[in-house]
Amino acid sequence: MTPLTPTSSDRAGPAATVDLAPLRRAARPRALEFAFWLLPVAAWFLFPENLALLTQIAITAIFALSLDLVLGYAGIVTLGHAAFFGVGAYAAGMLSAKLGIGDPLLGLVFAAAVSALAGAITSPFVLRGTGLTRLMVTIGIGMMLFEAANKANDFTGGVDGLQGIEMTPLLGLWSFDLWGKTAYVYAVAVLFVVFLVARHVVGSPFGLSLRAIHMNAARMPALGVSVDARLTAAWIAAAAIAGIAGALLTQTTQFVSIDVLGFGRSAEILLILILGGAGRLYGALVGAIVFVTLHHLLADVDPEYWQLWIGLVLIGIVLFARNGLMGVVDPFERLLARKETKR
Amino acid sequence: MTVVFDGIASGMLLFLIAVGLSVTLGLMNFVNLAHGAFAMFGGYVCVVASGRWGIPFLPAVVLAALATAALGALLERLLFRRLYGASQLDQVLFSIGLVFVAMAIARWGFGPAQQPIRLPAWLQGQVHLGGLDIGVYRAFLVGLGLAVAYGLHRAIGVTRFGARLRASVDKPDVARGMGIDVDRVFVVTFALGSGLAGLGGAVGVELLGLDPSFPLRYLVYFLIVVAVGGSGSIPGSLIAAILIGVCDVAGKYWMPQIGAFIIYTVMVVMLIVRPHGLLGRK
Repeated sequence: MTPLTPTSSDRAGPAATVDLAPLRRAARPRALEFAFWLLPVAAWFLFPENLALLTQIAITAIFALSLDLVLGYAGIVTLGHAAFFGVGAYAAGMLSAKLGIGDPLLGLVFAAAVSALAGAITSPFVLRGTGLTRLMVTIGIGMMLFEAANKANDFTGGVDGLQGIEMTPLLGLWSFDLWGKTAYVYAVAVLFVVFLVARHVVGSPFGLSLRAIHMNAARMPALGVSVDARLTAAWIAAAAIAGIAGALLTQTTQFVSIDVLGFGRSAEILLILILGGAGRLYGALVGAIVFVTLHHLLADVDPEYWQLWIGLVLIGIVLFARNGLMGVVDPFERLLARKETKR
Repeated sequence: MTVVFDGIASGMLLFLIAVGLSVTLGLMNFVNLAHGAFAMFGGYVCVVASGRWGIPFLPAVVLAALATAALGALLERLLFRRLYGASQLDQVLFSIGLVFVAMAIARWGFGPAQQPIRLPAWLQGQVHLGGLDIGVYRAFLVGLGLAVAYGLHRAIGVTRFGARLRASVDKPDVARGMGIDVDRVFVVTFALGSGLAGLGGAVGVELLGLDPSFPLRYLVYFLIVVAVGGSGSIPGSLIAAILIGVCDVAGKYWMPQIGAFIIYTVMVVMLIVRPHGLLGRK
């Protein structure tokens, strides 16, 4: 601990001792980021045959971003995140199939609102316990929703899935075509907006306080931060984003299958985030790209070996590469940062 | 009443498998989602030993427990011990990875089909007890479960090894200072937990079935027992397992339309009312 009293006379006060420059630097978009966002544009021209797969990647990336907020930043380990993905998927599906409202953007907003509500209802239960109890409550909530959707045949279609979803043209201009062009542009645009919002939130004082809670939850109340209120807000925001991802899946495939709520999806998205690197937004994006692509390439070869490789990769990451794929970038970033400070 | 007894029997089986997890997760604080994989291993050893090698049922069960304990000890030395101090997330990821690998190996070795097992003649049929028709196999499960519960409760609470174990878990550094070989205590305990999983997996093949998806299918059930029972509490796990077993069987019997929903509801409610479990410490 450093003494609180100023040791040299040139310091004006306690505020002057906080150096905000690194935070301001982090808020500025970097050249590499611009390059990264050229990828979806390049993919459009390079793989016109695989737009459906690319749409999947974009949706998975939104879902992973959502998990990154609660797990990577707020530090809540959850194995039931598919609950909100599924709620969003069913909300968007039912809006069209049951109420006949097929406007995509309206569906997106509706799904986000319903998922946020689900997040608000579940958050006190999740935040009550710690450790294993918290993990089990997230699993329990996920499984409860899965079973509920499974049994409520009349509303959800049960194991047969929800059918009869029809989308009106996007903004009244572009209808969803057979080749998935509209779907791809739509999904990538939503991903970009969600990413911008998430990037802003993560760099804001709120986002910093989440990271601080993750590091030391006992100390934050002493600094005047209400831990539960911040975590609840993060949980609800993440639920809404997961709902958006689920709604996108519904709207682009015009179908809701019961596995949107499955335990497997919760485990898979956790894996994707860890693979890419948790606690950084690009980790979620890179994880989604690598995972969905590999799955597509390897699942044709042999599903058994696919599972074996996933298991080995997970064990390998935990034992040897704690920062995931994005951890590879770290040494270069440090090098860049050193250059900048020298200048 | 038969429904209740069936519920108790399946609860006992659940207890037999989950109590090993109560030892590794509850006492040693390792979030071991791979516990079901050890139970599956025990099941396969039992099936191979009794089906292909013609070993009688009981020796085959003992062999399964011993083999699983040996596997547990080996994996503890090689892998698990590296993660004792790691974060919960790391342990979750590592053990899920292990589950995937185990499932892939099981499918590669035995194919995706259910493995059949033939119970010996003395475990088949029913007995009449006080106006109840009780399956001998289920009565056997209840008896074995009670015996394991009592033995383990005594072993951890009364014996010298139990005292060493509790000391090693609570304050490893001080325990080392007192001359306790903490590493060895952990290996033995982990082997014990895995062996119990193997035992439960072996006797449970008849009731639960055995195929490569076993570890994931029942994972949540095992975790529920430990979480609801309270970390490291053997009596707590017993009560929780029976509670879950009875709720599950009774729910499926009387209210099939809501089915498995009831278990998760029971679990979430229990955890909200008592976040540290029924008989948890802390």
